[in-house]
Amino acid sequence: MENLEKIILSLAPDAKIEENTQRFTATIAPEKLRKVAEGLKAKGFDYLMCLTGMDYKDSLGVIYHIAPSNDEANVIVLKTSTPDRENPNLPTVSDLWEIAYFYEREVYDFYGIIFTNHPDMRRLFLREDWKGFPFRKDYDANPALNPIPEKVPSVESFENVPTYSIDKDGKLVKKEYPLFSKDEYVVNFGPQHPSTHGVLHLRISLEGEIIKHIDPHFGYIHRGVEKMCESMTYPQMLYLTERLDYLCGTMNRHALCACIEKAAGIEVPARAQYVRTIIDELTRIASHLIGWACMCNDMGSITAFIYGMRDREKIMDIYEETAGGRLMVNYYVIGGLAADIHPNFQNRVKEFIPYMRKMIKEYHVLFTGNPIAYGRMKNIGILSKEKAVALGVTGPSGRASGWACDVRKIEPYAAYDKVNFEEVLHKEGGTFDRYMIRLEEIEQSLRIIEQLIDNIPEGDFKAKVPAIVKIPAGEYYQRVENARGDFSIYINSTGDKNPYRVKFRSPCLSLITALCPLCDKEKIADLIMISGSMDYVIPCVDR
Amino acid sequence: MEERSVGMEVKDIKIRNMKTEDFNDNEYLEKYIAELRQSGMNVVTEKLDDVINWGRSNSVWPFTFATSCCGIEFMCVAAARNDFARFGWEVTRNSPRQADVIFVSGTIVYKMAPVLKRLYDQMAEPKYVIAIGSCSISGGPFIDSYHVVKGVDQIIPVDVYVPGCPPRPEAMLYGMMQLQRKIKLENFFKLPKKPTVTADGNTEGGNK
Repeated sequence: MENLEKIILSLAPDAKIEENTQRFTATIAPEKLRKVAEGLKAKGFDYLMCLTGMDYKDSLGVIYHIAPSNDEANVIVLKTSTPDRENPNLPTVSDLWEIAYFYEREVYDFYGIIFTNHPDMRRLFLREDWKGFPFRKDYDANPALNPIPEKVPSVESFENVPTYSIDKDGKLVKKEYPLFSKDEYVVNFGPQHPSTHGVLHLRISLEGEIIKHIDPHFGYIHRGVEKMCESMTYPQMLYLTERLDYLCGTMNRHALCACIEKAAGIEVPARAQYVRTIIDELTRIASHLIGWACMCNDMGSITAFIYGMRDREKIMDIYEETAGGRLMVNYYVIGGLAADIHPNFQNRVKEFIPYMRKMIKEYHVLFTGNPIAYGRMKNIGILSKEKAVALGVTGPSGRASGWACDVRKIEPYAAYDKVNFEEVLHKEGGTFDRYMIRLEEIEQSLRIIEQLIDNIPEGDFKAKVPAIVKIPAGEYYQRVENARGDFSIYINSTGDKNPYRVKFRSPCLSLITALCPLCDKEKIADLIMISGSMDYVIPCVDR
Repeated sequence: MEERSVGMEVKDIKIRNMKTEDFNDNEYLEKYIAELRQSGMNVVTEKLDDVINWGRSNSVWPFTFATSCCGIEFMCVAAARNDFARFGWEVTRNSPRQADVIFVSGTIVYKMAPVLKRLYDQMAEPKYVIAIGSCSISGGPFIDSYHVVKGVDQIIPVDVYVPGCPPRPEAMLYGMMQLQRKIKLENFFKLPKKPTVTADGNTEGGNK
């Protein structure tokens, strides 16, 4: 902590350092932002974890969570804000951390903050003709202003990209340039396409069948979850988290529960912690199974799809018995679990472990060794470690590039500090590594479950929680490793029963932004497999 | 129940493994039956109708369309355990032009709404819509959102609603069988015109 303070003060002596916060937080003036950001980048802070827009009512601001990629627990939280609500502008950091390219577009979309010198200041989620910036506290939500659009926007409306800079007199200047030149061959991929795993729209510029550039369009499933959370109580918010990334719903819910519990000082009973860990790992297995099944399905192997879905049903059965739900388990509540585990739970899980081990062997025989599959995956879509860090590609895809980014190891939560497991790392970062790492992680998850299932402590499954949950004023940031990477939740509370601002850090957004460098000089047919190996879920991106 | 059984005398809709009385709903079909009875059926075309509808209802090709969570349950219905191939639905089509039914599985937001409308327009007649899950029925848990369409029936006409968040695979199968039942009743040689929904939410046209 002192070390971080030294770093910040050496870069900006007038930085205001906040005390009594969960993480090291410093507020700096917007003019100093570039200098501090450059200084931090040079000092090894190469992972921009999260970038959050804020409306402080009297000013609009941005919060940066930055950490070194080899020491992620050392997070620096930088805050900056501008009082100008008419033409708010802040300098861009997208040249320092590549992922900021999309994060800043998101902030522009929600808050209307213009990032000067950012190469592409389009909206990220909403349509260009959307009136107003929905996340501002004074947003006019009158549906007559923004009716349901009747027509798909014309192709011409996609062509030009605005960029802003500040001229000598300190005035904001807007310039437009075409993203693709006139003679470029641009293919639209999605939003309705069976292989996009959701409603993703990619505009792909091609040279023959070689991909030159990919321009992703999001927002076809943007549901405004973060804005909705601002008018909800904490227990109500839980139900939305599962619907973000529905394949790892329990982990997302775990993140929010843990964040609120930490903030409100609720001690979660050990029994609940153990069960949560087991259920999380089961969800990870189920999610990886779907990831594997869909990737194989995209490659044309329907058998693999059927196998994966069949084995996933076993996990759904376990959930159903204990929690009552299948896909949406709705099992975690603030302070513990909604109900105790079913008497059959342990037996069922113990039966499942050897079954799954046997099946993984079968998967390898069925698909991994297949020369056609191997040929299509090996040495395709290589993502270097540096690129993975710059783009914030965490989770299995990041680890396939050799980046040790497992939050379960870095900041253990629940019962992860009590179990032995290996953080599977690959070096190459190709499609085949991302394919293999999922199956290997299933084995590690089984190992974790095996260590816990017989040792679930007796006791309460839920702590005593007041009927109306309030968390003290402050800022809270909780990270959880879900099946796709680092899923984090940022809560800004004013001490009320509903939060002032909630932000979900989606691991999937980075996975899609990584498609562009990954597919560079690859064939368009390989795009399907590369995107399959990234295993993203679109509603998590769009939120 | 008595009134319903009167309707059923006209036509007993046979679906394998499911008795007529197991479908414990809906007035829509009764109205259909009443209409058929009123207009009086030609014996030949009625028989032909039965044959054609038997074939049509047992080979309904769904369109692979999913925006969010319900899509995963739709995959479960397609996969090993529930396997909708048993009902003749297994040929999922990736092109709207080859599909008979669109399962709107998941939330439809403002940006997606015109895309969905276009996909629906591209489907060939006769076409059907099943709204899966509370999001596509009413907006569901996201009803307060600024960007969510509050019910897909504001954009396209819906034949069957399957509630749930997400519905269980069994519920989806039931919804599919409801549609089968509807198809079996249709007067193929004089298909009723589909009502269109105008911007202010009223329905226009269509012989109800």
